[in-house]
Amino acid sequence: MALDAKIPKGPIKDKWTDYKNNINLVNPANKRNIDIIVVGTGLAGGSAAATLAELGYNVKAFAYQDSPRRAHSIAAQGGINAAKNYQGDGDSNYRLFYDTVKGGDYRSREANVYRLAEVSGNIIDQCVAQGVPFARDYGGLLDNRSFGGVLVSRTFYAKGQTGQQLLLGAYSAMNRQIARGKIEMFNRHEMLDVVKIDGKARGIIARNLITGEIERHSAHAVVIATGGYGNVYFLSTNAMGSNATAAWKIHKKGAYFANPCFTQIHPTCIPRSGDYQSKLTLMSESLRNDGRIWVPAKIEDAKAIQQGKLKPTQIPEEDRDYYLERRYPAFGNLVPRDVASRAAKERCDAGYGVNATGEAVYLDFASAFERYGKEQAKIHGIKNPSKEEIIKLGQKIIESKYGNLFQMYEKIIAENPYETPMMIYPATHYTMGGIWVDYNLMTTVEGLYCIGEANFSDHGANRLGASALMQGLADGYFVLPYTIGDYLSQDIRTGKIPTNTPEFDEVEKEVKDRIDFFINNKGTKSVDYFHKKLGKVMWDKVGMSRNAKDLTAAMSEIKAIREEFWKDVKVPGTANEMNVELEKAGRVADFLELGELFAKDALIREESCGGHFREESAETDGPQKGEAKRNDKDFAFVSAWEYKGEPADAVLHKEQLEFKDIELKQRSYK
Amino acid sequence: MNLTLKIWRQKDSNAKGQMVDYKVTDISEHMSFLEMMDVLNEQLVNSGEEPVAFDHDCREGICGMCSLYINGEAHGPDRGITTCQLHMRMFNDGDTITIEPWRAAAFPVIKDLIVDRMSFERIQQAGGYISVNTSGNTQDANSLPISKHAADEAMDAATCIGCGACVATCKNSSAMLFVGAKVSQYALLPQGQVEAADRVKNMVAQMDLEGFGNCTNTGACEIECPKGISLENIARMNRELMKANLL
Repeated sequence: MALDAKIPKGPIKDKWTDYKNNINLVNPANKRNIDIIVVGTGLAGGSAAATLAELGYNVKAFAYQDSPRRAHSIAAQGGINAAKNYQGDGDSNYRLFYDTVKGGDYRSREANVYRLAEVSGNIIDQCVAQGVPFARDYGGLLDNRSFGGVLVSRTFYAKGQTGQQLLLGAYSAMNRQIARGKIEMFNRHEMLDVVKIDGKARGIIARNLITGEIERHSAHAVVIATGGYGNVYFLSTNAMGSNATAAWKIHKKGAYFANPCFTQIHPTCIPRSGDYQSKLTLMSESLRNDGRIWVPAKIEDAKAIQQGKLKPTQIPEEDRDYYLERRYPAFGNLVPRDVASRAAKERCDAGYGVNATGEAVYLDFASAFERYGKEQAKIHGIKNPSKEEIIKLGQKIIESKYGNLFQMYEKIIAENPYETPMMIYPATHYTMGGIWVDYNLMTTVEGLYCIGEANFSDHGANRLGASALMQGLADGYFVLPYTIGDYLSQDIRTGKIPTNTPEFDEVEKEVKDRIDFFINNKGTKSVDYFHKKLGKVMWDKVGMSRNAKDLTAAMSEIKAIREEFWKDVKVPGTANEMNVELEKAGRVADFLELGELFAKDALIREESCGGHFREESAETDGPQKGEAKRNDKDFAFVSAWEYKGEPADAVLHKEQLEFKDIELKQRSYK
Repeated sequence: MNLTLKIWRQKDSNAKGQMVDYKVTDISEHMSFLEMMDVLNEQLVNSGEEPVAFDHDCREGICGMCSLYINGEAHGPDRGITTCQLHMRMFNDGDTITIEPWRAAAFPVIKDLIVDRMSFERIQQAGGYISVNTSGNTQDANSLPISKHAADEAMDAATCIGCGACVATCKNSSAMLFVGAKVSQYALLPQGQVEAADRVKNMVAQMDLEGFGNCTNTGACEIECPKGISLENIARMNRELMKANLL
């Protein structure tokens, strides 16, 4: 099947307006006869469910947690971008569009990104009307801050809990519709497959996670909003339950999976401390504004630190390697996320890591203490202050800026970051790949939509900060409600979709057979054993830095783990009860297939792009020598994979990307 | 560290539960409490037993899913944190640790350490929202200035993660800290004023219907709250309710 992105004609700034003026609408009386299933109730799914119900459709919403308020959108800290230009610093829809396309390393679709920028302002109005307590200045107006890589202040925030507050806004809008009976909420339910009738998505099979009951749910359209697949690495900043099952199952039923190898690695996570570790914790990127990143310059010092024989504070200034400042003098410690991540890994791989596992670098605030301290001493008229006094004054300033982060670090690591430098290391954070969708957010299966992080559409290869929340809410509140209406206008005479059909029988049987397999398999190893094994291959060979040899090896290693999994996995308990191991088994089975496709996608992309350094594709001379080299001539496309059984047999379809409004440029951080 | 764990096991909501003893060895002080539980569960799965079911998700203290009652304290012995942020360095080698589910009639046990917090959902559905259309055709966000003080106070109330520690720790199983926080967030903002009276009446009525007890100003909820939600919110809820009933 040829990919048709269905991008409307006309100038980019008029596309969305013209589109909205020309689509078919559904009469309010007919909306009452149309059912929509929304799977996942984070920022994208929650806002979509609330808005579709508001419009008058009957919505059935599904979440694996006990409440939509617990979706992982809640953990986003920094903020949400919007081109409001409240600061009068020159922001506009075009600038937000430009920054997002450039930040995505020119691997996203222009028309989608422009629309995202265009509706961004509405998001803020909507959330404020819902009572989201955004930060305000003393005049009572909304406050903004700036995020890395951007020249304007367009980030709206609610303390360090912006994701939480935006999600609670969408959740409260959902609650209003649940109370009205327009949303039927299925908490602690997991979608296990999609049901197609005459080629159209017409329902799902779900498992009630409390009783184990397998349920059939029908609808005129199905919306997948289940977030990203970062847990394919086992260790990531994602919530433990975040999974790819719904997205993977629709892929197996005909939805193409796009750019699976595009993930974002975040440079400032708390490092792993041992094999028991279950997940990684992110420290806000804002710390890099004041912290200096270094490792010992001498390998013997690094070894002594790893063995606990030397403390970082004992290493004199001249024996420290501030490698970001050395390599990237123009941007220093504020290079983009991917550059900082790769540089940290390069030093650690060379043996200069600073904790017992050798996978950590220092983030040091000592010079910031001194800088702020001297300033404070001047402000307060303290003459000839001692070094101790200066440090103390400076620490107070740092505390007022990042106190909660310092406290969080101390809780986890049990070291006082005011006295000794913090340790950080990169970790998998956000996945930019996902289900392929057209301009309507429809997948390659008719009537099957995919929104938010679960789709691929707006971020290209390297999401900037504060963009993910924006896309989730834009899709759910303002894009899908229009596009899905155009599709459903064909369905006003269809009537209720029955669930007692052969199509439902068949898919339900597939789901039940798989569950029975897990329960009856007499294996010897736990689900986590396989998940950790997969994660290690993914991180070592399909992580930040990739090459053809390792990727090929990874594909066969993952296949071998998968085969072992199906032979030897052990799941205690029964199917007809709450069974946490059974839930995990199904999710890991899907990650074991997705992981291999991920490696295959990375293998064909023979260019360094966004966060992904392809070792074979680096600049060979000039000032950029050794840096990542993108290849627009051969790779300005979206890779969309069609399922054909084994992940290795997946068929590649290319959506060529056209850049009519923005000129393609190589990036430079020297 | 080697530890003895006394854990509440209960097959489902109808079964009778009991405390069961387990031993775990080689626990690192760097582990989080939930990672220690993972070690136990891996051990149980390997020996063919059913692992202990417990609620958790983000493991960074914000989703509000984790919920253990540890040695008689909601979220364990440390202050201002959720169970996923509790670390084993708070315990000593050889300790016996008692682990129970949240205790409250309005939070029935689903399995082992997992309880049903749907009562919190129903309270919010009774009025924990502002009745605004999600069309995006609302007024410009800056056309309604809100004082920084009010916005900050609303934010402090909105910080509640709905974990239920306040209920579990209260001798009356009162949900007033939770409901007070929700009522306060909207009561402090101009957008929430129009329906403020109905909101507080409906939410409090639902809270009573769910079987939560009353507040007797003990203040244990505030002490155990991982997000430091203040008792002032309960006072504000009571004022709002009185105002609603008088007018």
